[in-house]
Amino acid sequence: MSRRVYVNGAVWLLLLTAAWWLPLIGGYMALASRVLVYALAAMGLNLLLGFTGCMSFGEAAYFGLGGYGTGLFLTHLTHSTVLAVVAGTIVGGIAAFIFGPLVMRRRGIYFAMITVAIGQIFYFIAERWNSFTGGEDGLSGFSRQPLHFGFATVPLNAVAFYYFVLFFFAIGAGVIALLLHSPLGHTFVAIRENRRRAQFLGIHVERYVWASFAIAGLIAGLAGALNALQNNFISPINLYWVESGNLVIMAVLGGMRSFWGPLVGAIIFVGIQDYVSSYFPNNWETFIGGLFIIAVMFFPNGILGIIRQRAKAA
Amino acid sequence: MSLLRLTDVSRAFGKLLALQHVELEMEEGKLYAVIGPNGAGKTTLFNLISGFFPATSGEIWFDGMRINRIDAARRVALGLVRTFQITEIFPELTVFENVRIGVEAEARCSARPWPSRGLLRQIGDRVDELLDTTGLTAQAGRTVSELAHGDQRVVEVTMALSRRPKLLLLDEPTAGMGQEETAHMVTLIRDLHARQRQSILFIEHDMDLVFGIADRITVLNYGKVLAAGTPQEVAADPLVQAAYLGEAA
Ligand SMILES: Nc1ncnc2c1ncn2[C@@H]1O[C@H](COP(=O)(O)OP(=O)(O)OP(=O)(O)O)[C@@H](O)[C@H]1O
Ligand SMILES: [Mg+2]
Repeated sequence: MSRRVYVNGAVWLLLLTAAWWLPLIGGYMALASRVLVYALAAMGLNLLLGFTGCMSFGEAAYFGLGGYGTGLFLTHLTHSTVLAVVAGTIVGGIAAFIFGPLVMRRRGIYFAMITVAIGQIFYFIAERWNSFTGGEDGLSGFSRQPLHFGFATVPLNAVAFYYFVLFFFAIGAGVIALLLHSPLGHTFVAIRENRRRAQFLGIHVERYVWASFAIAGLIAGLAGALNALQNNFISPINLYWVESGNLVIMAVLGGMRSFWGPLVGAIIFVGIQDYVSSYFPNNWETFIGGLFIIAVMFFPNGILGIIRQRAKAA
Repeated sequence: MSLLRLTDVSRAFGKLLALQHVELEMEEGKLYAVIGPNGAGKTTLFNLISGFFPATSGEIWFDGMRINRIDAARRVALGLVRTFQITEIFPELTVFENVRIGVEAEARCSARPWPSRGLLRQIGDRVDELLDTTGLTAQAGRTVSELAHGDQRVVEVTMALSRRPKLLLLDEPTAGMGQEETAHMVTLIRDLHARQRQSILFIEHDMDLVFGIADRITVLNYGKVLAAGTPQEVAADPLVQAAYLGEAA
């Protein structure tokens, strides 16, 4: 118990003080923002993957939809950055809610396949619908607007935007944490552990898979919205199944059974992407792939899984 | 009115007739047993009653309702709760957490994302009460996969009890247990029946055990009811003696 409080405190302290220590170790704020964005999406996915036991391979769909929602909202409807984030989040959540019934009855590899298939539908729509989404070239021409408080206007430069992302990350992470400690979260975990037992305790398993899928989509939508604002750009690539795979890799690498696992995975993934790609622009993915294989083969519970085991043994 | 009634129930798997024209009736508050050799159709019978799969023909009535078309999860809410021949639990969770899943389902709050403190305390108290009933209090914090086989089976029974079943279905509750564990399980079943008037239908291989505690026994053989009645009646039945007891003796 106290260990958990300690770990949580350390994580939040590090995240809150990133603007001070990150430059000291050669990092930069945009990189930190990107880590948080992907960590948030991977944590949402992990609700489904690690805590409900459903292998979703289409989470990028809701991530990308959140991005398009935000971009289109800023382009056509509002200048409020916060409202645009809310809009993107809702778009991702509603899409997952609508498609949930299609996936909730499938299991294992079939679940993975149907989630990929749905994701690819969105990818093709985004790629083809030039007039609305900008097609293959992506959607640009929107940009994050300064935040207006009653007393001041804050332009979202790299540092301010990091804290803007951290604010939403905290909301997302907080919601997931509360959920995991609620009866709903307990039920998700029960389904992961033993569907048959859950069903024969009177739990309508499919409805809960649907709920988990919708919540994961909502959080992916939020992350996608932040991603669009980070780049002031969104393209079909963000909806592509490879992006879904990246989120899965982050969750698995860091540890699917750990609350902070996806954050650790995102730090490694985005870190390697940034660092290695500057030296080997064409094959940084090989590094990630290799690392992923090693992780799955030797540390199936991810990096935090190893650390936890060590701590238990000690 | 009977609690459970099966009329002319059959189940086929392709050409295999796993159950044929089975009749079974059970009153509230009783302790009934189903016996029969391997492959007789005992588990299939439980699967039909609990909604694991549908009957090929026939009617299943529970508590005044025809339940043939009601799905498994809803049957639990009606009060029909089962355990499995091969223990089904939540392996990576603690004993407390295992039982809590059932308690939360029974409190109809499984979908609650922000529970009140009062609700959480109520749930915790109920879990403690159940663990006390089945003698698992000392194990509450342990991961179930680390428990002895016998204790795991008791956990499953406790989970079933958490749904306050009108009828508890136990599929070979003592399967794979040693003498001591078996004795503990038998005491538990007896106590539930005697003290809480829990209606129980159980499948059992151990003949002595069945004849010692059951009010009535149904004998299945090759998917058919060979005999049914009180232990004395069943024991005296020449068909049973020939087909079942004969080979055991
Ligand atoms: N899902 C299924 N598909 C095909 N055949 C099945 C299925 N379930 C059971 N059977 C067959 O039906 C027959 C009855 O099986 P059942 O499991 O009900 O026997 P049982 O009386 O419980 O035996 P045991 O004492 O070994 O548990 C067996 O021949 C079995 O192979
Ligand atoms: Mg059986």
